[in-house]
Amino acid sequence: MSVILEARGLTAFYGDFQALFGIDVTVERGEVIALIGSNGAGKSTFLKALAGLLPAPAEQIIYKGEAVGGAAAARIVGAGIALVPEGRRLFASLSVEENLLLGAYSARPGRWTLDTVYALFPILKERRHHLATALSGGQQQMVALGRALMSNPDLLMCDELSLGLAPVVVREIYAALPSIVAGGMSAIIVEQDVQLARRVSKRFYCFQEGRVSLAGASAEVSDEAIALAYFGAMS
Amino acid sequence: MSSIVNILLQGVLLGALYALFAMGQSLVFGVMRLTNTAHGDFIVLLVFVLFVLTNLAHMPLWAAVPMLIGIAFCAGYALQYTVLNRVSGRDPLPSLVVTFGLSIVIQNVLQEVFSADPRALATGGFESMSISLPGGIALGLLPILTLAVTVAATLGLQWLFGRTPLGRVFRATSDDREIVQLMGVSPRRTFALAMGIAFVLIALAATLYAMRTAVSPSDGPALLLYAFEAVIIGGMGSFWGTFLGGIALGVAQQIGFYIDPGWGIWLGHVLFLALLTIRPQGLLPKTA
Amino acid sequence: MSNHMNVSERHFEIRRATRASRVAVLVLLIVAVLVASFPYWAGRDTLRDFTQIAAYLVFAMMWNLLAGYGGMVSIGQQAYFGIGGYAMLILANYGGLSPFVAVPVAGAIAALVAVPVSLVAFRLEGGYFAIGTWVIAEVFRLTVANLSWLGGGSGTSLTALQDVPRSLRESLTLWLALAIVVAAIGLLYVFLRSKRGLALTAMRDNAVAANSQGVDVKRARFGVYLVSSGGAALAGGLYFVSNLRISPDAAFSVNWTAFAIFIVMIGGLGTLEGPIIGTLIFFLLNKFLSDFGTWYLIGLGTLAIVVTMFFPQGLWGYVSRRFGLQLFPVGRRVVFLDSGSRVLSARKESADPQHAAH
Repeated sequence: MSVILEARGLTAFYGDFQALFGIDVTVERGEVIALIGSNGAGKSTFLKALAGLLPAPAEQIIYKGEAVGGAAAARIVGAGIALVPEGRRLFASLSVEENLLLGAYSARPGRWTLDTVYALFPILKERRHHLATALSGGQQQMVALGRALMSNPDLLMCDELSLGLAPVVVREIYAALPSIVAGGMSAIIVEQDVQLARRVSKRFYCFQEGRVSLAGASAEVSDEAIALAYFGAMS
Repeated sequence: MSSIVNILLQGVLLGALYALFAMGQSLVFGVMRLTNTAHGDFIVLLVFVLFVLTNLAHMPLWAAVPMLIGIAFCAGYALQYTVLNRVSGRDPLPSLVVTFGLSIVIQNVLQEVFSADPRALATGGFESMSISLPGGIALGLLPILTLAVTVAATLGLQWLFGRTPLGRVFRATSDDREIVQLMGVSPRRTFALAMGIAFVLIALAATLYAMRTAVSPSDGPALLLYAFEAVIIGGMGSFWGTFLGGIALGVAQQIGFYIDPGWGIWLGHVLFLALLTIRPQGLLPKTA
Repeated sequence: MSNHMNVSERHFEIRRATRASRVAVLVLLIVAVLVASFPYWAGRDTLRDFTQIAAYLVFAMMWNLLAGYGGMVSIGQQAYFGIGGYAMLILANYGGLSPFVAVPVAGAIAALVAVPVSLVAFRLEGGYFAIGTWVIAEVFRLTVANLSWLGGGSGTSLTALQDVPRSLRESLTLWLALAIVVAAIGLLYVFLRSKRGLALTAMRDNAVAANSQGVDVKRARFGVYLVSSGGAALAGGLYFVSNLRISPDAAFSVNWTAFAIFIVMIGGLGTLEGPIIGTLIFFLLNKFLSDFGTWYLIGLGTLAIVVTMFFPQGLWGYVSRRFGLQLFPVGRRVVFLDSGSRVLSARKESADPQHAAH
């Protein structure tokens, strides 16, 4: 099967508030797709539901042919889906190295180990014993990314890697993306920066108010079409 | 002069017991922000379990204590997993009320089963053995053993938290119990494990406590306050801090007892309040 | 931009009172008049019972104010209960003041004591604040127990009422109790409906957000602590006027807070009627079951555990949500009307802590 993940009519709620109204998204093996959309459109909610942090009906998320909606987050990471959460969310009392080691808790075999992560982001090796939150924003993002990689996922999900970072730092981090996915890893990249998202992905989905308003190949769709989908049709 | 030294030494030895009372609470509050108002009552409960093992089951002490530790771990794990996990969250009220209710239930069940009379553990004379130091100072072997156990416990906890994978999991779960799930950690099981370990510490404290004095079902609340004071005086988030806090409390109480028996405990409380006012972060606060 | 208004323009009103609440106020007024007449026809036990209920009720209401509205859970309010009792006794026995006047004065004294105490207690937060206040209460208890002129550990008696005929004493005590209860309920009701009361609710739900809206959280907390402590002392003073005998263990016992917690857990946190209902239930339980001694307490403890775990808004809170009853409307509701001004639906919005989204 070439499809690794499929969301079918995914709905999600925060209490009584409905955040997602039936999302249809597919990710093929080895593919990088992007999710774009304004704040509150539901992108982070979508990733959380996939990661098992939000409840969802089982049949609405199909991963490697299995219905995993609503499964516990620990089971999902064990199955090979890793999330780099929005805002980094590093563990404040742990050092850089300890954060990375915790990422390997699920003990999935694969090419990502401390050594390979340090090879990807050498600055982290220099500061491995520092408290994770003592690092700069860009370095913290590297730690968060490395922490997710340590679980050797087959599907990597990144929620707004560029949040709060200077453009030059953002470029540095995204420059590492090709080597990360080189081994056949699939990825979902959520980004506010539309051009950046289009550059790093093969296909994209645009979210608007909890629904998919546009889907297509990143290189082909026009800017006007995206703007319309991003902001919603004017009446 | 020697009486000052004596007071200090006795205070340190008493304080070691308080520090041991406090270790479990320090651990639990550190990992899951849980305030367990039944903490002292669990110490008393385990004392009475020990009585049952030694008196009714006629087990010798060297067999009963490991058994007690095993029972304690399982009980703590189960309690956290089934009851307390539902109330370990941001809001302190539910955990306070539930543990308060537990405190009342434990005290009254013990009273119903064992009567309100104080009971002591038979140690075959060990509790009165002592070493004599120059200056007429006698150091009891039991208090010295208590100090040794407390130091070992502190070292053990420090090592567990700082250097082991489990310690990493504890600290991470305490930092962010939502995101730690993304690593494959179950916060519910982690909390239960922490409580299990805390109960092991409580079992050790209970054993040494019962060897030292006669215990009655209503002793719990006082022990809770000593444990809590030791944690605050020492600074939250630090096991060595809790150790020092216990020692400081023991010394303060001992000085108070020396001045007048009625004011012993009072002085401990007042020292605590004074320290809270002047240095609320405690003696050895953790910076993170 | 598409039209996001999915609620069509409907006419609505903001209302405060419900039919149930109007009935409740009426009932309470009738009860108050009835109680005031007790000394003329009711037995001694009834008078004593009411005074006891009053003491429990006021103490529970004050604990509820502190925890349910101020967001500060304390296991140490018994400190002020005891201060109220002992201050009243000192003023009456040694100061020549009538005990009935001494009670409100004791309340004021307790509020004054609360000022420096709060400086220490507020260093702590959450669960540790709760236990810290308990330590403070213990300090008061131990201090008084060590003072022989106050009777030390075994306590002393209120002698100032020795020469007053018993029936007069009991009548005055009852009226004092009624006055304190009415004042407490009335003042809290007015306060919680006011702007400051709203600020308190906001603060409890989210202190940071409230702060950003201009609510002075620190001052509000301080104010609530003072009022709650003064009120607790009124309850204590009243209790020992009725009891005539005081001791440190009785006055500063943590059981007072335990009972307040049970009452509020049964009745529901952060509502005005919660403590009233809770006290009545508690008192009935007490009267009929306390003979069972330890089993009664085991039952109470278990009840507290079960209610907290499964009915976080208290038993009354559960009932009132289920059936939409609210007896003391301190919040406002939105009532939708159709064109014929008929009430279509009413959504309850109350000053209730568990009403937040999570």
